[in-house]
Amino acid sequence: MNKEKIEINLPSRLESIDKAVVEATDFASRAGFSEEALYAVDMAMRESVANAVKHGNKLDETKQVEITLKNSSEGLEIIIRDFGAGFAVEEVPDPTNPENLMRADGRGILFMKTFMDEVEWSNHARGGMIVKMLKKR
Amino acid sequence: MAELNISERQAGDVTILDMDGKVTIGEGSIALRTTIRRLLGEGKKKILLNLGSVGYIDSSGIGELVSSFTAVNKENGTLKLLNLTQKIQDLLAITKLLTVFDVFDSESDALSSFE
Repeated sequence: MNKEKIEINLPSRLESIDKAVVEATDFASRAGFSEEALYAVDMAMRESVANAVKHGNKLDETKQVEITLKNSSEGLEIIIRDFGAGFAVEEVPDPTNPENLMRADGRGILFMKTFMDEVEWSNHARGGMIVKMLKKR
Repeated sequence: MAELNISERQAGDVTILDMDGKVTIGEGSIALRTTIRRLLGEGKKKILLNLGSVGYIDSSGIGELVSSFTAVNKENGTLKLLNLTQKIQDLLAITKLLTVFDVFDSESDALSSFE
């Protein structure tokens, strides 16, 4: 199996979301993931980078979104770091709760958890938020 | 080419929006919002969104569908969905929104339901 790792830094603007999605799906495709898995990576990547750009870095183009893609025997690992204030994932309201159903936002984390096998959030020691996601083979 | 193309046609007092492309954060979501606002401004309050050629939608796009539904309801109108792809149907199931929207596979059935 071809082990590989790439790192990408993108400015915090909406256009970076598509760019990140293309990089991640190309990477996953080269690593031999199925079409179904590529769609899952596409969805999760879009949501996580959108969160980093919009909510983390608040569209401040001087702040980067740092992305690492790793191909291992376990699967595809995606690490995304922003430079925002961070948030407590457990405090994000459940969008499927009837009282939140008609909210216009707040479904990104649900999609990330739905489409990836593992998703975890942590605070970086030098500031910003890190999300690690794994898509198993 | 625009991320999302929206063509408009009229069937009686129902406005059908044939959507083609992606409804994602940014351009696609804004195109939908702008169109719905304009229709409401023109007093067109029976709206059918044909999503048959929407190959991709993200959480922002789903949010825009919800906002559109709410905006139309507020004006005492009705917004319904037509021709959901399997992927969109799955996303609406995951988000538990399938029960919120009136969804149709047939345009004639959808149009009759507005009567």
